[in-house]
This record gives sequence, C-alpha cells and structure tokens, in this order.
Amino acid sequence: MIEVKDLTKRFAEHTAVDHVSFVVNKGEILGFLGPNGAGKTTTMRILTGFLPATSGTAQVAGFDVFNDSLEVRKRIGYLPENPPLYLDMTVTDYLDFVARIKNVPAEKRRARIEDALQKTTITDKRHELIKRLSRGYKQRVGLAQALVHDPEVIILDEPTVGLDPKQIIEVRHLIKGLAGSHTIILSTHILPEVSMTCDRVVIINRGRVAAIDTPANLTTQLKGGQNVRLEVQADQNAACAAIREVPGVRRVSGEPAGGKGRVALMVEVSPGQDVRSQLAAKIVGKGWPLYELRGVNLSLEEIFLQLTTEESEHAAASSN
Amino acid sequence: MKGMYAVYRKEMGHYFVSPVAYVIVAVFLILAAYFFTQLLALYIQRAFEAGLEEGQFGGGAAFDVPSLVMRSFFGVLSTLLLFLTPMLTMGVYAEERRRGTMELLMTSPVTDVQIVLGKFLASITLLVIMLLPTAIGFAYMLHHSEPTAPWRVLGSEYLGVFLLGTALLAIGSFFSSVTESQLIAVILSFGANLLLWVLDFGSQTASSAWASALEYLSAFRHYDDFTRGVIDTSNVIFYLSFIFLGVFLTIRSVDSMRWRRA
Repeated sequence: MIEVKDLTKRFAEHTAVDHVSFVVNKGEILGFLGPNGAGKTTTMRILTGFLPATSGTAQVAGFDVFNDSLEVRKRIGYLPENPPLYLDMTVTDYLDFVARIKNVPAEKRRARIEDALQKTTITDKRHELIKRLSRGYKQRVGLAQALVHDPEVIILDEPTVGLDPKQIIEVRHLIKGLAGSHTIILSTHILPEVSMTCDRVVIINRGRVAAIDTPANLTTQLKGGQNVRLEVQADQNAACAAIREVPGVRRVSGEPAGGKGRVALMVEVSPGQDVRSQLAAKIVGKGWPLYELRGVNLSLEEIFLQLTTEESEHAAASSN
Repeated sequence: MKGMYAVYRKEMGHYFVSPVAYVIVAVFLILAAYFFTQLLALYIQRAFEAGLEEGQFGGGAAFDVPSLVMRSFFGVLSTLLLFLTPMLTMGVYAEERRRGTMELLMTSPVTDVQIVLGKFLASITLLVIMLLPTAIGFAYMLHHSEPTAPWRVLGSEYLGVFLLGTALLAIGSFFSSVTESQLIAVILSFGANLLLWVLDFGSQTASSAWASALEYLSAFRHYDDFTRGVIDTSNVIFYLSFIFLGVFLTIRSVDSMRWRRA
C-alpha cells in the first residue's frame, strides 16, 4: 500500500531523513518509533504531500507522492502533531468543511460525518465550538478529521500526545479497530504504544531506519542477547570475575541482594547464544549456593535504547 | 472547482463568525456615511450660494451637485480602502499558518491555486458587501436630483472602487502569505498601499521617464479617471494585471511553504 524507497530530505543545515526505505502492507498498522527529532514528522509530511523529498521515492496506493500528489492526498487522512483545527467552528461544521475539501460527495457527507463522530465518540460535543473543547476532545476532533473521508491510508503523528490515560486507551482501541479496512502509520516516542497497537515497527533515529520488524520479532531478534539474572551467595567481585570467564558473556553487573551475603547479577549475553547451563555449571563448580537463574527478555524499550545508541555509536565511529 | 468552493465557503463563514469582519464593515460604513452627508451638505450649500450669485449678476456655470458629491466621495472611499483592506486580508494566510491549519489544506486534494482563489474570492465578496450599502445614499440622492441623474458616472465610479479595492486585497493576501504574524502582514500591506499612494506625489516633482513610470505604477492615479466617469480600457487593464500579479505571487508564496522548513 505504501512503498518508501531511499527517501531523503535535506534541509539547509541538516539531513532530517536519510535514505529511509520501508513498505506498509494493506490493512497493517505500522509504528514509527524514534526519539524526538528523529525524522518521523518529516517522513510523514513527505508521505502526505506536504513536503517534497530531496531524493528517493514514496508511493501511496500506487501513486507517487510528488508526481501524483492530488491522487495521493485523496487517499490519505492525516493528523499532524498539532491537530489542524479551526477554533471558531463547531465540530460538525469543521468536519463538514474537511469532508468537502476531501471530495466527499454531497449525498454521503452527512453519513460520513456521523460515522467519524461516532468512531471518535464526540457525538455529544458535535454542536460545541472547537475552542471550548478540552485538549483530549480537540485531539479526537483531529482524529475524526483524518477519518471523515474514509481514506485508505491514515497517517497519525503522535496521536495520543496530551491525552489522559483513559483517553489514550480509547484512542488505541480506536486505531486498532481501524486496521484491516485502513492502512495506518502512526508515530510515537512512547514504546508501550507500539507494542500494543502496531503490527510492525520502524525504529528511526537521526533520520535513519535502525530496525524494521514486528514488536515480537524485535524482541526475539535480540533474544540471543537475552539477559540472565542470577542470585548467588558469594563475594560480588569474585562472582563477576568468574562469570566473565564464561564464553558468550558480554557484560556483568552486580549488586547486593537481600543481605545474607547474596548478590544479584545481571548478565548480558551476546546475540544468538544461550549460556544459562554454562553459567549454572560455573557457579555450582565454584561451590556457591545458587538461588536464582532466570532469562530476562529485553523489553522493547531496551531494544529501542540499544538500537538507537548503537546507531549513534556507528555515526560517531564513521565521523571519526 | 469544488475544492475552491469549499475554501470559499469556509472563509466566508470565518469572516462572519469572528467579530473582525463586522467591526471593519461597521467602521467603514460609519465613516462613509459621515463623509457622504458632509459632502452632500457642503455642495448643496455651494450650489445655493452659486444660485444666489447667478440671480444677482446673471450667467454663472450650472452647478452639478450629484457629480461633485460622487467624485469627492469616491476620492475619500479610496483612502478608506487603503486603510481597511489590509485588515480584511491580514489573517487569510498568517492565521492558518500559525494555527497549523495550512497543513490540513495543503495535504487535502485541493490545489494551491484553488486555495488561493477560494480565499481571494471570499475577500472580494466581503469588499462588495462592504461597498453595497453606500449605494443607498446615492440611489436616494440621484432619485431626487434634477435634471437627469448621472447613473453612468456612478457605475464607472463603482467599477473603479471595486477594481482598486480588489487590487489592494491582492496585495494584502500576498503579504499575509509571507508571514505567520497578522500584525506583520497588516504592517507590510499597509506600507505597500501607502507607497502606491505616494508614488503619485513623487512623480509630480520629477519630470522624466522615471517619473512617468512611477506615475503609471501608482494604483490611485488610475482611479482618478473612474471617478470622473471615464472608463478607460488601459486603466482597467492596469488593475487587472495588478490583481493578476498579486494573485500569482500569492500562489507562488503558498507553494513555497512546501519548500521552506515549516
């Protein structure tokens, strides 16, 4: 549905998007994950036809975003980071205007507006002036605006920012409900959001794609890099030194745990290796009582941190 | 076409839900009504004096009160427009840019040309709404004047003020599109209007090709003929090309928002 190839956007002083490529399949929810200023918004703006790319191509529903911009824009619903609201309009008038500029035929307009109001649960506020609404409602009006013409592709830039926890859950449910009939890209810098809503994740950092995969795969991809937690009754330094001798161990850190001379050790393991049995053998061989040995899956948050920091290490290395 | 109408419709709605349009139109009409009655009183007084003189000494030129009132009034009207049109157009783009709604328009299936024309036509409509009530006074005056009323002259004057106003709106729209601040937009377009006005004075002191070029560029010089009831094609063309240039620059400026860092 969406095909992005080698997309690059340079502004005068820096490269905001640097050879980004990814594909979004029909009906999928793709999460765009990255720290602030990573290039998420710029990529979205290129996809919606707001900004032209410096080089590379992007296609939406088979249309080039630059050459067939109008065709692409017909098929896209877009919620920018700040919802583009006309504050002195009522909710219904606003949605009516958006439906008109999005080419919704007159006979369908009323039904489409009702539908958008219902999906975003703002039907009871329909006659209110937008400026009188709270932040959460404004965000939902913005979302309704992106849905009102029933677009094939929906692009949401940080859709849950500024909402309270209850509203966040509602919006996530709404987004999940839209998948299947719509193709969705959403950006966020909140990790749980992607693992909860997205089918696949693009991690983007400093304008470059750091990883693309399903949230589950991203976790298992680094599952070799699964960490192991140990609780041993031993001298901390001696235990750390002993564990470092085990092949495949990258890093060990320890801290006292619960007194009685016990230490808790976090063992970081190289990708693709399972060293749990060797660790057990080592400790038992030393004659230390072993209280706990447990594999710890990396949370997406840690993967994210790992990927983005590795990326910047690369960048630092290449610039040296 | 549909997209343009949608934008037009929204702009008109915006003018009339916000107090801005009401205030501007009200201020304009109060001032216009004041000048109209003052001018009418002044020229009736003059005509009366001229009539007395004629009775005493014989001869004397016929005194055409309606034409004089109209001519002076439309002169005043151009000055009022010079002040008020920047306020009509200041928010047209600046406000949308500041609120981020420009992003909505520019990612919708409407072309930049449709956006610009929709907005421009809305501001022209407001100008017409603003000018129309002034016709009531003239209708009354001409209806009661003897001999036949110069309706044709009045038509030429309204055409002139419409063209001048539209040209000033084109300038204002352009300046609104280059900034996010309504204040800057209003200052720039007011400055430009004023410059077009004083170009006329500058040309009077010098006498060269340069001076006549400046004189030609003065948007208000071309207005004079209209107030005398003369519809000169070259003046019409001047305004039309002026308007075209303004609209063209606005379209380019809207397009350039895509290339600048938003």
